[in-house]
Amino acid sequence: MLAFNLGAKTKLLANCAEPWITPMAWLRKLAAALPVFTALSLVGCASDEGGIQSQKLAAINGRGKLICGVDGKLPGFSFVNPDGSYSGLDVDICKATAAAVLGDPSQVDFRDLNSTERFAALASGEIDLLSRNTTATLSRDAPGGNALSFAPTVFYDGQGIMTPKASGITSLKALAGQTICVESGTTTELNLADRMREIKAPYTPLRFQTGDQTYAAYLQGRCVAVTSDRSQLAGKRTSFPDPAAHTLLPEVLSKEPLSPATVNADPAWADAVRWIIFGLMQAEELGITQANVDAKVAEAKANANLADLRRFLGVEGDFGKQLGLPANFVVLALKAVGNYGEIFERNVGTGSLLKLERGLNRQWSQGGLLYSPPFR
Amino acid sequence: MGAAGTPSAVTPWWRDRRWIPWIVQGAVALAVLVVVAFLLGNLVRNLTAAGLLLSWRWVGNPAGFDISETLLPFDASLPYWRALLAGLANTLRVVLAGLVGATVLGTLVGTASFSSNGLLRRLARVYVEVIRNIPLLLQLVFWYFVVFLALPNGRDALQLPGVVLARSGLYLGWFTDPLHLTWTGPHLEGSVWHAPLRLTVEFGALLTGLVVYTGAFIAEVVRGGVASVPQGQWEAARSLGFMPLQILRRIVLPQALRVIVPGLNSQYISLAKNSSLAVACGYSDLYSVAETTLNQTGRAVEVMLILLGAYLVIDLLISALMNGLNQLVQLKER
Repeated sequence: MLAFNLGAKTKLLANCAEPWITPMAWLRKLAAALPVFTALSLVGCASDEGGIQSQKLAAINGRGKLICGVDGKLPGFSFVNPDGSYSGLDVDICKATAAAVLGDPSQVDFRDLNSTERFAALASGEIDLLSRNTTATLSRDAPGGNALSFAPTVFYDGQGIMTPKASGITSLKALAGQTICVESGTTTELNLADRMREIKAPYTPLRFQTGDQTYAAYLQGRCVAVTSDRSQLAGKRTSFPDPAAHTLLPEVLSKEPLSPATVNADPAWADAVRWIIFGLMQAEELGITQANVDAKVAEAKANANLADLRRFLGVEGDFGKQLGLPANFVVLALKAVGNYGEIFERNVGTGSLLKLERGLNRQWSQGGLLYSPPFR
Repeated sequence: MGAAGTPSAVTPWWRDRRWIPWIVQGAVALAVLVVVAFLLGNLVRNLTAAGLLLSWRWVGNPAGFDISETLLPFDASLPYWRALLAGLANTLRVVLAGLVGATVLGTLVGTASFSSNGLLRRLARVYVEVIRNIPLLLQLVFWYFVVFLALPNGRDALQLPGVVLARSGLYLGWFTDPLHLTWTGPHLEGSVWHAPLRLTVEFGALLTGLVVYTGAFIAEVVRGGVASVPQGQWEAARSLGFMPLQILRRIVLPQALRVIVPGLNSQYISLAKNSSLAVACGYSDLYSVAETTLNQTGRAVEVMLILLGAYLVIDLLISALMNGLNQLVQLKER
């Protein structure tokens, strides 16, 4: 259940030699030799963390791979293709990060995580980055809660409810007395309880540990409705035997800002991820795409007056260095996956299977919520 | 003492057989203590550094999630400890029902393997060999998704007077007003069945899985116990004119019990622990509720401690009861 990375822990133990008193030295060796004991030490050596240097960035550079936690079973966001490669919006965030840090978008190890495993996997250091349609909330962010650090929201979503068209249910009220399937350990589980309490509609929640079980029970007809983020419902529906037989209720139950996350304990790594994602958004605003990024770099190099563009693309200034990244990290990310608009369109947009509108996920200049702070 | 005749000046203390056992035991105890202290110290140090030192204040916060079927009344506004308690009650319910069911099934199958009916004997063998060699998790998924969720629903449900078996569960009629003997049977409202007594398919699938799985092991324990009773006991009883079932009930099983009970103990404990696989078929047992709690509070260590403690206490209780029973059925030699 709690997935501890024993190997990493052993290494961390070896790193924290200084704070220990000397008679304990032989015991430390013993503990390092017996990794099963080290499983009990939840966090390797927290006293070494902090400071300007990011342990996580150093670890990623050292191993030459980014380990990214994804869902793995959600079309449009993270899905395993027939050839074994991953694709989706969440996956592209991982690839952009790997490209910006390591210069190679293919250097990502994907870990499939269910909704209950994800925070333990991140907290234990098994994954570097959680890019798994995770809603940013106060209790997940707070040091007294799950102690995560959320990157900018990559998908503004809302909770929806899907029912079979044949059931004739068209509103939330009509679900009174019915059974509703929900994945345990999600914000949707709590929102459902809150909304149904508000409209005083008693219902039976049927909770499952994985999305697979949840949707299998729904398709088998054990519950008359299934609730989750609307994007997830739309994505899962594409893999149903008859997608047209299922419909989303018009009600939106909640705000679900889906955001990548890192651990609170490494603010420098969180900053790097934050600005890589802002870079993808800023690029769309500036009209820089995967196709024209090379031309834009050439243009910036040729014209010293384009100061904004030169700083953004790393032609001048030291933004990359300040974050512990290559100077041209934005260019590396864009070459790998394109800007935010391209990522959205390719994976979940109107041209994809999911056929989702941009909606709230448009640039602020178009009436959406995407707003990158200035690269300055 | 072996060294009694030897002067102590000749044998150094570290070779003295009176001291060696104490020295060895002391060293082992010290090593264990130091390792435990190191691990606990490390845990506390790192949890403190991460700001996650053990805290129990969260158990009083409102849980915010619902539980589908509870023996104890529960709703989302009640605190976490009530949710965990409701989960514990659900676990105990399935464990108790499972113990009874598995014992009955196991005893029947175990004794059937001594039947003079060849078909019955072979069926019992096939059941045991098939069931105990397939992982329980697979069996639970099979019972839930393949068997129980394939039941017809709504108007098409299997209906007998007072009993309805639908995809959503088993509905039983009961006297809702005992004074006037008012009988309320299962009835359909819209597409949802209602009845005074209801068992969900999640409970049904978990119970069936646990009973069938543990029953196979108990059958082997019973078979071993019966086989331990000498053949002469059967023959003597037969010559006195006992019927086969009478022999089993009056002569063989009482003598077999002293072999069966210790074996049953570990099967009962396994069943209690295996009930945590409820999470595979949507039943809200202690583990499932604790997992949601863990996710929402981020209190991994505390929730794990509660879980470990709860299952430990349940199993120790079962063990204590079975040890008491064991003393009752042992041969009293006078």
